Amino acid sequence: MNILLTALGVMAVLAILLGAILGFASVRFRVDADPLVDQIDAILPQTQCGQCGHPGCRPYAEAIASGEADINQCPPGGEDGIRKLAELLGVDFKPFDGDAAEPKPKSVARIDEATCIGCTLCIQACPVDAIVGAAKQMHTVIESECTGCELCLAPCPVDCIRMVPLGTSVETWKWRYPVIPIRTIKA
Amino acid sequence: MRQLYRFHGGIHPPEFKELSNGTPIVSPPLPARLVVPVSQHLGAPAKPCVAVGEAVLKGQLIACADGRVSAAVHAPTSGRVVAVGEADVAHPSGLLQTCISIETDGLDAWIEKTPLPNWQEADNETVRAFLRDMGVVGQGGAVFPTALKLGVSHLDTLIVNGAECEPFISCDDRLMRERAQEIVEGVRIAGTLTGAREMLIGVEDNKPEAIAALTAACAGTPIEVVSVPTLYPSGGAKQLIRILTGKEVPHGMRSTDFGVQCFNVGTLYSLKRAIVDGEPVISRIVTLTGELERCGNAEVLLGTPVEHLLAWAGVNTRCDGVIVGGPMMGFPLESRVAGVGKAVNCLIARSDTLLPPRPPAMPCIRCGACADACPAQLQPMELYWHAKAREFGPAQEANLFDCIECGACSYVCPSQLPLVDFYKFAKDEIWAAERDKKAADRARARHEFRQFRIERDKTEKAERLAARAATPAPAATPDAAKADAIRAAMAKAAERKADVAPPTEDAKRAAIKAAMARAAAKKAEQQDAGTPPKPALDDAKRAAIEAAMARAAAKKAEQQGTATSEAEAVPAPAPKPAIDDTKRAAIEAAMARAAAKKAEQQSTATSEAEAVPASAPKPAIDDAKRAAIEAAMARAAARKAEQQGAAAAEAEAAPAPAPKPAIDDAKRAAIEAAMARAAAKKAEREAQKGQDPQP
Ligand code: SF4
Ligand code: SF4
Ligand code: SF4
Ligand code: SF4
Repeated sequence: MNILLTALGVMAVLAILLGAILGFASVRFRVDADPLVDQIDAILPQTQCGQCGHPGCRPYAEAIASGEADINQCPPGGEDGIRKLAELLGVDFKPFDGDAAEPKPKSVARIDEATCIGCTLCIQACPVDAIVGAAKQMHTVIESECTGCELCLAPCPVDCIRMVPLGTSVETWKWRYPVIPIRTIKA
Repeated sequence: MRQLYRFHGGIHPPEFKELSNGTPIVSPPLPARLVVPVSQHLGAPAKPCVAVGEAVLKGQLIACADGRVSAAVHAPTSGRVVAVGEADVAHPSGLLQTCISIETDGLDAWIEKTPLPNWQEADNETVRAFLRDMGVVGQGGAVFPTALKLGVSHLDTLIVNGAECEPFISCDDRLMRERAQEIVEGVRIAGTLTGAREMLIGVEDNKPEAIAALTAACAGTPIEVVSVPTLYPSGGAKQLIRILTGKEVPHGMRSTDFGVQCFNVGTLYSLKRAIVDGEPVISRIVTLTGELERCGNAEVLLGTPVEHLLAWAGVNTRCDGVIVGGPMMGFPLESRVAGVGKAVNCLIARSDTLLPPRPPAMPCIRCGACADACPAQLQPMELYWHAKAREFGPAQEANLFDCIECGACSYVCPSQLPLVDFYKFAKDEIWAAERDKKAADRARARHEFRQFRIERDKTEKAERLAARAATPAPAATPDAAKADAIRAAMAKAAERKADVAPPTEDAKRAAIKAAMARAAAKKAEQQDAGTPPKPALDDAKRAAIEAAMARAAAKKAEQQGTATSEAEAVPAPAPKPAIDDTKRAAIEAAMARAAAKKAEQQSTATSEAEAVPASAPKPAIDDAKRAAIEAAMARAAARKAEQQGAAAAEAEAAPAPAPKPAIDDAKRAAIEAAMARAAAKKAEREAQKGQDPQP
């Protein structure tokens, strides 16, 4: 009986002590930002196009982290992006929905400078400040910063913005996947 | 006798060097046109600095180095620039790159040469800038700007790479035999610049003539010529360093961390030509071999089309392709019009008898032969599995980037797997992912900054408004006038608000209706597009066209109106009596226009209000169409009326008296119009947004 009481007492003291330590640690070493959101955000392509139905990549990352959104909503990320998200979150790979927008080749916006009336509407629409210009002055797109989100196309009152696909140059060319020819061996 | 070390692995492929190493270096005839690429080196492409039509002299700068990791490009002969733009280059992708095309004039007239005779006194920085502007780059194959490799001091060992281990190639061999003196001079310059303690020239023992020539040239100098055993790839920088010094450069470190730097013999030859003779790099020795009548080595002007060289060397009928570089590390040339660049050391006219095609690949049997042959001590089969499965992370962990793409593993593989192709594929994919990641990071930073900026602007504006509201009105100082002005402006603004409200409402409503009508028309059009009956399609199209025309006309008229009113507005604020008349005229014109616009808005509103319910017996599509057409017509009519009204008012305006508040009226009218337009646009956009998800 005595032994039982002692054991219980020791256990109780230990439980209280460890509980106090854990409680203190959870307050003291609290992680402010949600690291999962950051990890998801790091995988998303940052095109900021809103095709996922969220106003940018980070809101989508937050929605995924909270379980509100599926992982197959981001067309610019492509299947590769879905695969990475699936790996990170430990869920199964899921193809794009049938009605989801098709992933497109990477393009950049180009403003027809002769038609541009300098209304600044596209500047306000661009999520990454990739358009320079001033009221009643010709506008232009900084190609290296354009993510190809197409958000500047709709607001233009004179429809002078086009998406130009970025071709491959010698610098961005990639060695293709080697294909090994199949040969039939005579029996 | 110096102690030599052995690197891991290595192979003994058949050499084929005797095809081309028996004859002296010759100069091919001048081609009619040179196509000089601006990117013949690792790093940023040089920036063209000549215009089309410009006459250039041999050795003249035609493209300047752009940034630190870059090298200049010079005219290889005299002539005229005929094109600056994309052209074929010797690159495995077969893509185009910026090139400067020069039509040669046959004179080969040199520009005044500018050597650097006092390089010994000049500081390292000056010499390196000079070499960069002379376009000196590594000629062993990597074309790394030499200037950057000389930025070290107190080297232990300067290694000169004359191994030339790859089959078929003999350009360094011939260079060492024929121009040993100049190479040795280059070695001495490089040795002085880097403060090298010892200088070694490593040459494979299958080139006894080159060793003899260099040894003779080195007599009386501290430079030592070392004969190394023939074993592919002893010409790899890390491998040669291992052979000569016994030092192994581990993963993630550079040879300079161990006091060793390695240069190719051709590089030091061109370095000597630049510093001592003032000749920029405008040519290089190229081995022409394979299925040719006259194999050998040629001193080729950069930019000489491959076609020209092959024709001169007499390509025979068995040739079915050209390989740039050697058979182990080279690549098939896509276009024979491409010009020779600084990296092209060899051109092989290939045929199936000379280089039999690879037998079909079989599955990996895990024999380990590749690991035994790998000079970088990697596990090639492991890299292959990862690359094949597109597992780039594990491939990188297996030190994929230590692979020098020597091809030894593919050579020995009994399953004939194209291993190096897989490594190249994986490396390029990793680089591309890296680029994408960088771009995404930049986009994220820019997007976050933009959000921060918008937020900041909002708070600043709120603060400003709050501060303004808090400022007390009376002030005895010169600020009084300002305060008065502000108060007046605020009062006016309040008044304006009161005035504006009803017409805006009207305009909004009208605009919304117009937008709805237009959206309906668009929908009708889309639906029609899917159905076979032709006339319906035409109707919808016509309606759309009409609406568009009406809109375009209106916009044009409006632009013109704005332009004139602006032109007139300039003199208005001046208080001088002389201008009063014009001012008055302008004010009246503006008033007339404003009135007309108001009328237009109202009429548009009413006409559209009428247009929408005015339905027809036909189905819904037709209704919408007709409504759209009517709306467009009504609008066009109103605009026309406005224009005419404005014109008439302007004509009559001159004699009429001008009451003072007229300016305010005109302004107000203009502002109202602008606001109405903005509201209309907004409404339209919203309407469209509401419409979009449905189809
Ligand atoms: S769909 Fe567009 S906004 Fe959404 S996560 Fe992808 S890139 Fe970002
Ligand atoms: S320029 Fe246009 S397409 Fe490019 S990022 Fe900005 S809004 Fe998107
Ligand atoms: S040599 Fe070829 S078959 Fe043998 S382990 Fe390497 S890749 Fe596999
Ligand atoms: S190609 Fe790469 S993996 Fe193959 S032997 Fe050469 S260094 Fe090793």
